[in-house]
Amino acid sequence: MSAAMLTADWFLLGRDLYFRKFEIYTMGWHQDINLENFIATSAPYGGPIAIRRDEQKFIKVQGSGQPIISIFSGSGKQITSFKWTRRPIVCMGWSNDEKLIFIQEDGWVVLHDMFGQYLHTFEISKKIQDAKIIDARIFTNPHNQTGVAVMTSNFKIFLIKNLQDPKTRQLSELIKSSLHPTSWVVISEDNNTEVLIAREKELFRLKQDEHHTSIMLEPDISNNYSSILEMAVSFNARHVALFTDSGYLWLGSSNLRTKYCETDTNIIHKPKQLVWCGNESVVAYWERDNTLFIVGKHGQKMMYTYDSSVYLTAEIDGIRILSNTQHELLQKVPDVVQKIFRINSTDPGSFLLEASKHYQKRSHRANEYICLVKQDLKKAVEQCIDAVGYEFDTEVQKMLIRAAQFGKCFIADMDSTKYVNMIRLLRVLNAVRDPKIGIPLTFTQLQNLTQKTLLDRLITRKEYYLALHIAKYLQMPEEEGSSHILVHWAKYKVSQAHLEEETVARVIAEKLGYTPGISYSEIASTASQCGRKKLAIKLLDYESKASEQVKLLLELTENTPALSKAIESGDTDLVYMVILKLREKMALGDFKMTIRAFPVAQSLYIKYCKEHNTQALNEIYIQEDDFSAQAQTFIMESLDEKKAHMRDSLLTSAAEAYRKGRKDMHASMCDEYLKLLRYQRSLDEKLGQPKYVGKSVHETCLLLLKSNDVKSAEKFRNEYKIPDKRYWWLRIQSLAHLEDWGELEKFSKGKKSPIGYAPFVDICLEKNNKQEALKYLPKVSEDLKVKYYIKAECLEDAAKIAFEQKDIQSLLYVQSKCPSQSSLSEKVNSFITQLDNRK
Amino acid sequence: MASHHSHLQGGRVDISLIQTTARNNLISLLEKCSGPKAIVWDNSLAGPVGLIAQYAVLREHSVTKMFPLRPKSLPEADVAHVIFITRPKLHLMDYVGQNVHADSRAKTKKQYHVFFVPKKSLLCMERLKHIGVFGSINLVEEFRCELFPFDADVVSMEISDVFREYTLENDPTYLYQTAQAIIFLQKLYGPIPKVWGKGAAARQVWDLVTRLQREKNNNVTTRPNQTSTIDQILLIDRTVDLITPLATQLTYEGLIDEIFGINNSTAHFPIDNFLSSEERTSESLSEDKKQIILNSADKLFADIRDKNFNAVGAFLSKQAKTISTQLDNTQERSVQEMKLYVQKLPQILVKKKALSHHTAIAECIKEVTDSYDFLDTLQTEQEFLNCIEVDKASPYIEDLIAHAKPLVKVLRLICLQCITSSGLKPKVLEHYKKELVQVYGIQALLAITKLEKVGLLKIQSGTRQYTVLRKALRLTMEDTSEINPTDISYVHSVYAPLSVRLAEQVTKNGGWKQLQDVLGLLPGPTLDESPAIPNTLAQNNSDAPQVVLVFFIGGCTFAEISALRFLSQQEDSNVEFLIATTKLINGTSFLESIIEL
Repeated sequence: MSAAMLTADWFLLGRDLYFRKFEIYTMGWHQDINLENFIATSAPYGGPIAIRRDEQKFIKVQGSGQPIISIFSGSGKQITSFKWTRRPIVCMGWSNDEKLIFIQEDGWVVLHDMFGQYLHTFEISKKIQDAKIIDARIFTNPHNQTGVAVMTSNFKIFLIKNLQDPKTRQLSELIKSSLHPTSWVVISEDNNTEVLIAREKELFRLKQDEHHTSIMLEPDISNNYSSILEMAVSFNARHVALFTDSGYLWLGSSNLRTKYCETDTNIIHKPKQLVWCGNESVVAYWERDNTLFIVGKHGQKMMYTYDSSVYLTAEIDGIRILSNTQHELLQKVPDVVQKIFRINSTDPGSFLLEASKHYQKRSHRANEYICLVKQDLKKAVEQCIDAVGYEFDTEVQKMLIRAAQFGKCFIADMDSTKYVNMIRLLRVLNAVRDPKIGIPLTFTQLQNLTQKTLLDRLITRKEYYLALHIAKYLQMPEEEGSSHILVHWAKYKVSQAHLEEETVARVIAEKLGYTPGISYSEIASTASQCGRKKLAIKLLDYESKASEQVKLLLELTENTPALSKAIESGDTDLVYMVILKLREKMALGDFKMTIRAFPVAQSLYIKYCKEHNTQALNEIYIQEDDFSAQAQTFIMESLDEKKAHMRDSLLTSAAEAYRKGRKDMHASMCDEYLKLLRYQRSLDEKLGQPKYVGKSVHETCLLLLKSNDVKSAEKFRNEYKIPDKRYWWLRIQSLAHLEDWGELEKFSKGKKSPIGYAPFVDICLEKNNKQEALKYLPKVSEDLKVKYYIKAECLEDAAKIAFEQKDIQSLLYVQSKCPSQSSLSEKVNSFITQLDNRK
Repeated sequence: MASHHSHLQGGRVDISLIQTTARNNLISLLEKCSGPKAIVWDNSLAGPVGLIAQYAVLREHSVTKMFPLRPKSLPEADVAHVIFITRPKLHLMDYVGQNVHADSRAKTKKQYHVFFVPKKSLLCMERLKHIGVFGSINLVEEFRCELFPFDADVVSMEISDVFREYTLENDPTYLYQTAQAIIFLQKLYGPIPKVWGKGAAARQVWDLVTRLQREKNNNVTTRPNQTSTIDQILLIDRTVDLITPLATQLTYEGLIDEIFGINNSTAHFPIDNFLSSEERTSESLSEDKKQIILNSADKLFADIRDKNFNAVGAFLSKQAKTISTQLDNTQERSVQEMKLYVQKLPQILVKKKALSHHTAIAECIKEVTDSYDFLDTLQTEQEFLNCIEVDKASPYIEDLIAHAKPLVKVLRLICLQCITSSGLKPKVLEHYKKELVQVYGIQALLAITKLEKVGLLKIQSGTRQYTVLRKALRLTMEDTSEINPTDISYVHSVYAPLSVRLAEQVTKNGGWKQLQDVLGLLPGPTLDESPAIPNTLAQNNSDAPQVVLVFFIGGCTFAEISALRFLSQQEDSNVEFLIATTKLINGTSFLESIIEL
């Protein structure tokens, strides 16, 4: 491809200020679409195109009188069309996130998606009331959000800065006059959105302050005029263009203080569109003679004529021109492209490109060109890489890439990241520019839009497969890339009402699996919004985050599954949340039946009741026939000092409950305790002081014995069936306590002791009365004798007995207790040797 | 700081990481409140948190006051922030409420914050709202500290209610927390490629781990391919082995715990034994207890903690001899030797001090272990473990009851008899019950009911599990040396902890396959899984020692830890054990936590 051909579509608007206009698509739409009869509007960033019939024009109408809105892709592929059944439209346009905005004459804004699906609607302001909307502007604010401004029939202007957060402001009003506004435009700067409005010759700036009176502005327009017919603001809101009825186009700063130029267009009527092309030039279009007039900031101009109507769409780096057959891009030639392709360019990139071309042709001149840029090879390669991003023609792309690749070979330490990244992006750009997708995005636009938003756009177009490929190709993190896309895909699947639930759930699960970053609850939530509750519940089965799962299930009033999922999660906090929610929402009976099916929930609720509501606790135990638990609760309460006055009835209830639960022994224990309590009270009463109440059977008996009331104790012991053994213990303990050694001896000589006589020794030793202890030692049973003689520190006797019993183990033990090298120790030693020898 | 965590390093798994993580976590929370602050501690936390950040560290972050959380108003404090650090327990929320109410009435301009350990709880926040203080609380944060580092091979969650809550109350809260603790360990030390486990709680915890892992992976997309430092995990539900905690521990550390109680590596001893005779007579005793920190930072303690107490005396006297020879005969030394000696002197003196401490402790212990009371109890225990006279009411237990000895002590023996006889004869149980209620009052019935519910007390049924287990797992060993042990049974002198026998088998060839029949006799499901791990970087070469994490759900005893250490110290062993537990327990504290007396 020769340099001449490459620059054939270039034209000059001032020194080194090249522009170019080239076709991006041949429009694939119907032959019968003649833009002359339509109002068209295209979303920025190569978005979809919407058209409707221009009602001001008289043509033969087919079908009903209702307007039809048709939506096409950038390449002219029809996406949808639908009938407009609402109020008359004043203005139609796109938001930056590709929503179709309709502003109705009654002051309502209606939003549709690019598939014509109605999204929502809202009223701009109550203040508009009876006044009609006569004109509207859709604009982009500095945060890249879309706003709207409307003018009412009484020339009031209302403004919404951001459609996603619609807050309406009324702007200051014009000074009263009989004149009507001739043109107006929104200037949206950082924290200030204002309107520039012309009324014939007068020019005003309206601010976001109702009470501000606007001063008339006087731009420095040298050629006489009587009215400003049209105005336009540049993308960065710094420049404005004014078109006067004398045919002059005035370009200057948006504060009107600086004038760039004033150019005669030789046409005196109002252009159909006046649009800034980037921030460098202004394009005016007159439908009457289908003329496109381009004026550079320094006054140079260029004119194009079309054979039918066109429609202009501003982009940040140019203008898209839509005609019946073509979709073109008009832009300033990017600097780096200019440097490479400009005829007679001496930039390194240009030489490298030449070198590469010659190399392809196997010409030796390749070497000459390489030599020319040897010093600047790196820059040359970078220029080629940068330039390739701006090109739409794949042949040109290849040419530049080849040059870059060729140049790279001569640089030893070239970092190829940039090269690789550019090629990746290029592939992505080419893929979305494909007429099938029809998004004619430029490199600059992609940078501005971000890759994530591009993915979102593909997702909106249901191009999930392509989006997935791109995400993987660009190595985007999963939550921004593949997971994000899959979730949207799943949401789409879910919203298709004709698909069978079981299949949808399965298909989704198969595709998504447990991929990180996938939120099944998000998908399920969509399903539920689409009225597919069952599907939502099925999908929630796959949600790995229990808290999300449970929350949504509760919203869906799927109480039982919510509870069961909460329990599965193991997070009892979640279970409590469900329990408390359910108790709030459900009738008490239903609630109890629901949770009793889940032992864990039941247990947790019981625990909760123990803290908060003993009444409810008891009810559960009754419901569950858990008599044991009832009884325990009663006993627990009976032990509570604060409830001492209820003790009897609580113990009676406990006994009753045990009896119902066939725990007769426990029941009789309670009965016994009640009986004991009453007996103790009578004792205390007699005594005139609290001594017995609260004591156990054992303690009571001991107290009786200690107060030397053996008769009562005997009676008590029989009544409470204290076993013989323990009663003996009590007797000797009390006697030792009273230090009534005589009585103790008498007692020991009575019946034969059921606990043997070792305890007698113990008890005496406990009281440090070795003398008494010795009395009982002989009566200690044979097997314990040695041990007790040792206990009583009668080591010599112990040794003798052990020797008699031929018990070496015990002898060794005695020995360990003897002071070493004592006579006793020797004696024990001799016993041991004797026994050893006898063996 | 280095000295503060030196005892946590040394194993293949660096436990000081846990300390650092938790400390940084706490500090970053404290830094959210600038200016002087007071911390009000949940009593159960002040000790364990001390294992992470000592007061000096907190003071560096302008913590000027520390108070225990009590149901009364706070002392005066000139601070900008009052931070309550507490477990999510309802009654503690009431205390917080009272504190805040009383304090804010004083019209001081303070900010109140609550840091929950380790997790917020819905019910607690509801309770704070209900009391009407939630609005006065600025920050509600989570101090995600699931595990507290005790030693280079021991970590604990330090929650004593775990066993009771999941058995008695059927409340899985702490199982969930245990699972989170395991997740945390995996985060620090890499995924664990092999899982063993026994018991319902083990199963449930591991299921939750798997679940949480999935949930976590779902949120974190970029996970570093960590290598596994822990090769295997063995989850032991305490329900599987209720015998071990009931048996008296006879290791040095175990006995200290049984007799004096060890809390957060610290024990208190009667001061008398630590004083010289003159000191003893002087009346200026400021304290009546001697506090000693027990961890492996004390080298002497590290040497003797795992020994049977009967081997400790000899060891200590040998040490004493070495030290005294080191200190003595300084006359006959050359200048060179003298120089060396002076250099070493501080070390020797540290050793000497440690030696005197441990000698004193050993004396304290010996007083108890020589008593008839202790010996008789031990004898009864050992008879039970050997299945002697388990089927009838024990006269010794009857005696204890008749003397109204502490209820828990009696119950501990009854429970042991019950397990070793594989359930008590109905008549025997009935008899015990009657006796207990008559002696200890009706509240004993509540305690008994609870023990019945968790399976510590039950009626004999068909199979004699214990008899079979005793044989198959060699739970009781005759003629084992206490001085030079060859088997783990030395930790209880006759009885080898069942739990540790299970761990022992895990490290052997074939793992639990050999134990199929035995495992069937133990309650709950068996786990033997190898979870899929992304990029199996896990396989380390087979020569390096395998690290096995033994996680006791429901608590573990010091004797069990000693037994595990003993196993890894064997010559043919290629295993290093790391022990994690929900709480360090002994039989008494274990039963107390169940019956809540």
